Amino acid sequence: MEHQHHHDGDTGHVHTHPLQGDMAAGPRRPTRAELAHIEGWGADLDRKNRPAIPMERTPARFIHPHEGQLPQQPENVEILVSTERPGITPIFGTAQPPKGLSGMIRRAAYKWAENDLRRWLMLLAADRVNVVEGIGEDLMHGKVPNVLAEMGIKAEWEHNRAGLVKKAVIAGALLGTAVYLMRRRER
Amino acid sequence: MLAMNYRGPYRVRADVKPDPIIEHPGDAIVRVLRSCICGSDLHLYHGMVPDTRVGHTFGHEFIGEVVDVGSDVQTLKAGDRVLVPFNLFCGSCFFCQRELFGNCHNTNPEATAVGGIYGYSHTAGGYDGGQAEYVRVPMADVGPLPIPDDLHLDDAVLLTDAVPTGYQAAEMGDIQEGDTVVVFGAGPIGIFAAKSAWLMGAGRVIVVDEVEYRLEFVQRYAQCEVVNFREVNDMAEHIKKMTDWMGADVCIDCVGGDAAGSIAQTLTGRLMKMQAGAATVLHWCINCVRKGGNVSIVGVYGPTFNMVPIGNALNKGITMRMNQASVKRHLPRLIEHIREGRLNPKEIITHRVPLEEVADAYHIFSSKLDNCIKTVLIPPSAREVQAVSASALH
Repeated sequence: MEHQHHHDGDTGHVHTHPLQGDMAAGPRRPTRAELAHIEGWGADLDRKNRPAIPMERTPARFIHPHEGQLPQQPENVEILVSTERPGITPIFGTAQPPKGLSGMIRRAAYKWAENDLRRWLMLLAADRVNVVEGIGEDLMHGKVPNVLAEMGIKAEWEHNRAGLVKKAVIAGALLGTAVYLMRRRER
Repeated sequence: MLAMNYRGPYRVRADVKPDPIIEHPGDAIVRVLRSCICGSDLHLYHGMVPDTRVGHTFGHEFIGEVVDVGSDVQTLKAGDRVLVPFNLFCGSCFFCQRELFGNCHNTNPEATAVGGIYGYSHTAGGYDGGQAEYVRVPMADVGPLPIPDDLHLDDAVLLTDAVPTGYQAAEMGDIQEGDTVVVFGAGPIGIFAAKSAWLMGAGRVIVVDEVEYRLEFVQRYAQCEVVNFREVNDMAEHIKKMTDWMGADVCIDCVGGDAAGSIAQTLTGRLMKMQAGAATVLHWCINCVRKGGNVSIVGVYGPTFNMVPIGNALNKGITMRMNQASVKRHLPRLIEHIREGRLNPKEIITHRVPLEEVADAYHIFSSKLDNCIKTVLIPPSAREVQAVSASALH
């Protein structure tokens, strides 16, 4: 149905919209016959077949053979701990202990609760500092990081050559302009 | 050993790192046979997850062979092949007793809001992940599941996260017979959410994305309808038109903070990091679902905050459920589905890449090059197994 409108002396420009109707029926649902071609349709229609309903299992049960008696992992490296718990957990990761300037920022960040935005912003800042530290570490070990290879330039060349050329041209133009402007300022 | 090594946003490489060791009597050391790159690894790769330290090895989707066990381990021994759920969980804490395995309180000292996750930054416990030749697997009696002989290793690796997360996404939508389900995201999780929606009796399944080859794939693989959000004027209006103006019964967010589709959200969430990722899909879910409908969230967002139309959620009486998948809880039923042919996870694998080429693998997956859906990394020490397994089980 199309919109209609007319002019009325008292009310001005009046739109007449198509009627919505009472929408009592709701949308049409496909029949089971219409869905018969769908692989596996309805195999878990019965909620009993859905393993995590309800989300919290009742009654609660241990699935660990020692039923809660977890040995404590020894702390052999520095582990930062959330202020929103009383101490360290029985099990933890030891992958990259905090170190350097980024480590100092992380230690400061962990003084704030998880609830505090400052903690997360400081951690993001530490992550960026850590990237620079990583380059320094590589150089100290006599390794010049191949940043383009680390960013997957080989794959870009193989699968998106036109895009790579375009990016190179834009980067070259920006760099050229910057160099030109700097030299001009020096003069 | 050889392992993936994070060097900064958009920069990773394969490096030699020390082998992992037993650090707790409940640990096992596992030789990795396959590991996947997950969509949520991209949040790390893009530098969006706080406390992602340089040198970290990502990878929470992996399977492998036990090579060593701690003194407390009773159920596993060297030589066992195991499927390792992405969540690290103790099996004993208040939350694990309730089978909220993604919310374990004993495996992550660095944050209480998230349980331990392999290779997912120090915010998720500081564990190096499985994109390596070897990995430390704590609580070996609790998490890992021995891989049944008749289960293909490619199916097994997808059962560590992608399939159960997609399944739980549909499960949390509380789908009733004939429901219209809209799945946002045509990546691996979205694909399995769409398949699972049918298992639960959906009447219509509509998948939304912007990447045409992924939409074509999911349309064929999951027998669903698709919408390219770049081709519609307004997402909520479009879904309402498609559903006799009611809205969908269930909307599922399988995208998270890396979403495209809104300039304001992309600017503030992804580029300026003023919120914990772009909440575009959360916004769409709330506004596309019908009154009284369900919204399910498995897309990953950061720990700070997001701009969402929560007032509309209140006024529409929406039920929202979300969680990290409780993987181990789902495995018996999902293995049954694979055996019965209702699910065939390995069909979504498009790329098998040597671990040495991890930088290219990440770039291909992140930039959606070469029609990539799912990438599996094969460590050098596992290539022989790959060849034998392929000939035995195909």
